[in-house]
Amino acid sequence: MPKILEKKLLRKPDVFYFKIAAPLISKKAQPGQFVILRLHDKGERIPISLADINPEEGTISLIVMAVGKTTTEMSLMNEGDDILDLCGPLGSPTHIEHAAKVIVVGGGFGVAPLYPIARAFKAAGSEVVCVMGARSRDLLIYEKEMGQVCSRVLITTDDGSAGMKGVVTEALRQELEKGGTSLVITVGPAIMMKFVSETTRPFGVKTVVSLNPIMVDGTGMCGGCRVIVGGKTFFACTDGPEFDGHLVDWDILMNRQKSYLPEQKESFDAWKQRHTGVLCE
Amino acid sequence: MKEATATPKKIVPKKTPIPEQPPDVRRSNFNEVSLGYTPELAIQEASRCLNCKKPACVEGCPVGVPIPRFIKAIREGNFDGAIAVIKESNLLPAVCGRVCPQENQCEKKCLLGKKFEPVGIGRLERFAADQALANGGLQEPPISLPTGKRVAVVGSGPSGLSCAYELARQGHHVCIYEALHEAGGVLVYGIPEFRLPKSIVYSEIEVLKKMGVEIVTNAVVGKLITIDEIMKEYDACFIGSGAGLPKFMGIDGENLNGVYSANEFLTRVNLMRAYRFPEFDTPVKHGDRVAVFGGGNVAMDAARTALRIGAAEVILVYRRSLLELPARREEVHHAQEEGIQFELCTNPVRILGDDRGQVRAIECVRMDLCELDASGRRSPKPVLGSEFEIPVTIAIVALGTGANPLIAQSAKNLEVSKKLYIVADPETGRTNLEGVYAGGDIVTGSATVISAMGAGRKAAKAMHEYLLQKKTRN
Repeated sequence: MPKILEKKLLRKPDVFYFKIAAPLISKKAQPGQFVILRLHDKGERIPISLADINPEEGTISLIVMAVGKTTTEMSLMNEGDDILDLCGPLGSPTHIEHAAKVIVVGGGFGVAPLYPIARAFKAAGSEVVCVMGARSRDLLIYEKEMGQVCSRVLITTDDGSAGMKGVVTEALRQELEKGGTSLVITVGPAIMMKFVSETTRPFGVKTVVSLNPIMVDGTGMCGGCRVIVGGKTFFACTDGPEFDGHLVDWDILMNRQKSYLPEQKESFDAWKQRHTGVLCE
Repeated sequence: MKEATATPKKIVPKKTPIPEQPPDVRRSNFNEVSLGYTPELAIQEASRCLNCKKPACVEGCPVGVPIPRFIKAIREGNFDGAIAVIKESNLLPAVCGRVCPQENQCEKKCLLGKKFEPVGIGRLERFAADQALANGGLQEPPISLPTGKRVAVVGSGPSGLSCAYELARQGHHVCIYEALHEAGGVLVYGIPEFRLPKSIVYSEIEVLKKMGVEIVTNAVVGKLITIDEIMKEYDACFIGSGAGLPKFMGIDGENLNGVYSANEFLTRVNLMRAYRFPEFDTPVKHGDRVAVFGGGNVAMDAARTALRIGAAEVILVYRRSLLELPARREEVHHAQEEGIQFELCTNPVRILGDDRGQVRAIECVRMDLCELDASGRRSPKPVLGSEFEIPVTIAIVALGTGANPLIAQSAKNLEVSKKLYIVADPETGRTNLEGVYAGGDIVTGSATVISAMGAGRKAAKAMHEYLLQKKTRN
């Protein structure tokens, strides 16, 4: 079973970095792909984007924010623990090629999967600019890592505690106005990716979004992750997860993401009842 | 009845009835519907067999089980002997006894069936297998000396399991790659517990493990490892990855919350055990009123599953008549007994949502059955102005599956059809790549468990011959 080799609290209180031994996956995985994991024999399968891939070491890295039952259970796992099921790499890799200037836009912990993508574009000889945003300075992650692979990192915070006060789309617009941008790639909450796509549309800049619908198997078998792009149905797990942001039907995606909110809450509440005292309030 | 050797006797015209859970009890539990024969009932049913010299039933069996021989053993009370006979050609008797469409295969050819009801061959096969399971599990067959040859099998569904079984028996080392976290393919994610208990699938898979077959789960061939890479490590490969890409209709409202493919609905309930949520993490919606589109076995499974997880009413919408319904008669009968409503000659035209993007109704149109189409069935035509609404909160689309493209995309030289099914010789499973064989739904499109098993078995035979003449790798 894949072992957790390293665990770090990346951002208080709930964002964790995991480095996992996965020699076969690490040899095949490419930026933009994801894995599906299951923690125990009553567990659900959840998709997580790859935050780093290290084939020499035989490891992959995942960033997990403890927001629901499974992610909270994972946040309580430690170095040396085994992940019961780890399946991947899944999805199609990001299409990497030389581009004059690529802007990567990340919100929240969506910045993490942008890191291997930005690194690959840099390796292909592109200039990469990163725009990342959070509510406040404490909630930013990966500024240092992004700084290593991007020529500039533009930070926005809602409260102005770091970088520019405002949202990522404003910083993105200013960067686009300078011209020369050939590609925008964005990973994060659907609502942010939607507004990033709306921001780039008038500039006519190709915008790649990484969609995160609900998934079960991740291999094309269930169709639960279907998304509408350009009026056609695609399965995010096998046709994606990356699509043209200008063609995505965001309303359907966001509505489908909400399908199981009551059940997710029920499941998490039941877990919390069984585990009182485990979590710090 | 010249062919019969049994002493002349009065033939019991009807099959010995099989004990079942009463419909009003079983519609709210996941226990198996059919309880199986007792030894007395099995012997009674076995006594109906005419033991024909030229048994037509065997011709009707895709894997050629020596049916009269095993039935004779049951009649003599030799249950161990019966299972031994079946196992000569069928790895999964406990599964096949339950899910094979016997009425179209062995039992269709049964001589007795020309005048009366045929012998309950499926029920007897199941009985023999269950007896063996109850008495300490299924035994592995004798295995030939190791050949030193290594074979990879892609997929652990019916075709992969039967191919692995046959090859392991011949002394080859077999490793199965399974994409999901559990082995069994459609037997664990698709067919519901009440029709095929998972414990039975696990016991059958245990036999394979005892025979030395390795099973690697969470291994998506085409992503983690390609066919080319497999062929560098193995002497031969069998692809039995199944069809599995669910089809949607392309009608309005298909992406509303509450619309499932049958694959998703069944996978949540079966593989992920959503019927035991929140004990198990994966949820599934259980609407008060559920519509299921389609008329095959999968549609019946979805409808009956929806009932069991709490729907008050389940309405099956099928565009042709009862006559054309492709599901097994037994499944249709069980569904009707459990209170599934059938809206026949009816086609959904759109799914209507409420202001929260949740299904609230389906709009259907009545269909007229006209002249025969290419499939030999009467082709349905919509009746103008016959649109009507059925209020439901869940809609399940069970209209079949297409080929999963993952393997084809990653094996550029492998010959596939326009629809991405793998092109393979129906007799040998041979593909255009040397040493690569394929069978089951990924070759034929959606079919049955037993036909996939037959394909796995045929391919294993051809692969064994190929491996024998192939030089040992250095």
